[in-house]
Amino acid sequence: MDHLLAARLQMAVSLGFHILFAVAGMAMPLLMVLAELRHRKTGDVVFRDLARRWSKGTAILFAVGAVSGTVLSFELGLLWPRFMEHAGPLIGMPFSLEGFAFFLEAIALGIYLYGWDRVSPAVHLASGAVVALSGLASGIFVVAVNAWMNTPRGFRLDAEGRPVDVDLWQAFFTPAFPTQAAHMAVAAYTSVAFAVLGIHAFRLLRDPANAFHRAAIAVVFPLALVSAPLQALTGDAAAKHLAAQQPLKLAAAESLFRTEAGAPLLIGGWPDLAQERVHGGLHVPKLLSVLATKDPNGVVRGLADFPREDWPPVPIVHVAFQVMVGCGSVLMLVALWGAFLAVRRRRAADHPMFLRALVSCGPLGLIALEAGWIVTEVGRQPFIIQGVMRVRDAVTPMPGVWVSFAVTSLIYLALGSIVLVLLRRHVLSAP
Amino acid sequence: MNEIDPFARALWLVLGFGLCLYALTGGADLGAGFLSLTARGPKRREQRATIEHAIAPIWEANHVWLIFVVVVMFSAFPRAFAVLSVAMHVPIALALIGVVLRGAALSFHAYGMEPSAARERWARIFAWSSAITPLFLGTVVGGVSTGHVRVQSGTVTTGFFAGWTTPFALLVGLLSLALFTLLAAVYLAAEAGAELEREFRKSAFLAEIVGAVLAFAAFFRSRYDAPQLFAKLIGSSWSLPLQLATAGFAVLTLLLLARGQPRYARFSVAVQVALVVVGWGLAMDGHFVVPDVTLANAGSRPEVLPALSIALACGSLLLLPALFYLYRVFKLKGRA
Repeated sequence: MDHLLAARLQMAVSLGFHILFAVAGMAMPLLMVLAELRHRKTGDVVFRDLARRWSKGTAILFAVGAVSGTVLSFELGLLWPRFMEHAGPLIGMPFSLEGFAFFLEAIALGIYLYGWDRVSPAVHLASGAVVALSGLASGIFVVAVNAWMNTPRGFRLDAEGRPVDVDLWQAFFTPAFPTQAAHMAVAAYTSVAFAVLGIHAFRLLRDPANAFHRAAIAVVFPLALVSAPLQALTGDAAAKHLAAQQPLKLAAAESLFRTEAGAPLLIGGWPDLAQERVHGGLHVPKLLSVLATKDPNGVVRGLADFPREDWPPVPIVHVAFQVMVGCGSVLMLVALWGAFLAVRRRRAADHPMFLRALVSCGPLGLIALEAGWIVTEVGRQPFIIQGVMRVRDAVTPMPGVWVSFAVTSLIYLALGSIVLVLLRRHVLSAP
Repeated sequence: MNEIDPFARALWLVLGFGLCLYALTGGADLGAGFLSLTARGPKRREQRATIEHAIAPIWEANHVWLIFVVVVMFSAFPRAFAVLSVAMHVPIALALIGVVLRGAALSFHAYGMEPSAARERWARIFAWSSAITPLFLGTVVGGVSTGHVRVQSGTVTTGFFAGWTTPFALLVGLLSLALFTLLAAVYLAAEAGAELEREFRKSAFLAEIVGAVLAFAAFFRSRYDAPQLFAKLIGSSWSLPLQLATAGFAVLTLLLLARGQPRYARFSVAVQVALVVVGWGLAMDGHFVVPDVTLANAGSRPEVLPALSIALACGSLLLLPALFYLYRVFKLKGRA
């Protein structure tokens, strides 16, 4: 295994670790604000206690997210100095705006976490809203950078391959940006909502009358109910975008080797690169064409249309895509089940089967989130800037990246385990 | 030399401003961690508690200045960022380990979800990692000033240990730690109760003395390790007044502390440390990495710079009042 692989793995570990904390920083503040609003409306102190306990857990997640995000901002240069040299000016705008959003988030979070007794209730609630909004904004800005890497715009390459005639707006609002940002923002809420629901449902199964955990489910479930279907809608838009603008990524995700009119949707299966065919799996006739082009006989481009050296690692992208769609579908079904229970005027909290389903769905959102990032990142390989710069041309000349990869992984493994232990203790100590 | 874009100059100032504020705020938080390591005597527990209480609500916001500096640097001066990332890879990576560990350990400790025995461990990790971070960040600052790092047609040719391993860079690392500790001790003296105030005042005096010794040592050592910087410090018209002013504010800080007015000493020590950063910035004379990476040749595409400047200006309109409010809530009002 080589130098480049070590750098790629270190980046993958760093991003995969950070993203879990980043989405918590985006979605938890919204939940805390919703709980605090309920408290103000109903006067029921259980909602205030809920906001306080959530804020304590969030504080740890946010701290780990802040420091792992700092590592990433440096790692872009430490691992990919050539990339930053070329792309710095083009992605500087969204990154700068992200910097400000993150600044506001950190400031408002400080006030929210430590200001319960120092500022008025209205200011406290407002600071929570600022955390939620700036968290959302910073997530969207970071995705703008990634969208630019997927569909780079806003420049022209000169004779030496350097970007010139830079147009920052075009570099900001790239074709991939709207769908990717929407899909990611919704994913933050979906994954965190289901993780939180899983935790409280778990406690509720053991202690069905517990008002605290009932209140938690009452606050979180509506968010999950809205976000899970939105996840599918934004995902559908993302698939149409891929078909039009990143056909190779879609072909890899669906293991579609040959260009087809009326292409079937493949569920499961294993792509065989040597024979260029798929083993096993379920083919749903014409569905891929419908999803990608809105036309049952629409043409979807296959891998064979592209030079082999530009193919991403098809099996990884394919499996990650299946996992993402699979988890997302389960979450949507569970959300609809909950809606059905609500319509029938049955309390979800009194339905053990449903609570058990929520418990098993707890990790699915986060798994789908990671899988989605694998689709978009591994699906862009071997390019770091699609069609412009290959990953191998961007990597640092620094030898011994294996060492920093090993150290990074060990530290993150340790931190991750500690966070889990602390959160577990925090959850178990809840009323 | 090429003509320097006026927006590049403005962004260079913004970068310096960000660096100063990181030193004055995030740096002080690092220094506070080091103080919790050196806390001795019967009141060490109270000292540590005061430190944690003081930095917990604000450290994340303070820390963002470091991200701010990085982002402005790679947006406005991508070549400088690329060179720095390669030549200073090792000390930056080591400083980052410190950054990660201290942030995580502080939150694990501060939010008190563990029994006290395990919490002690986090306190120690927090303290140690707070101490190593400024050391390595300082060696980066020292390293880019030496002139040992050379760049040919965009590629670093001097390997991964040039510059930052010189005695001068090491002295700058120690000096950074001393100055951050000084800031922390003065800020804490202003926030602590009467008894602890004396402890922090003692630490501040000690840090001021150690800092002065290290500053002189670094200055004399720069003659050998960083000759271009030394020449600027010796030969520039701004140099002597600036150094006298720095020394003046150092004395003022000590006087205010001795007279039991740490609330005012906070401002004079901040000016003192800011002047040190400004002095270094001036002595760098438009270089990011002496001698090959300069303001004139590291700048981004000229069409990017005005928009970036405008974005930063607009962002600051939101940011600065918010920061001021944060400090007003937690630092300027009395203790809750």
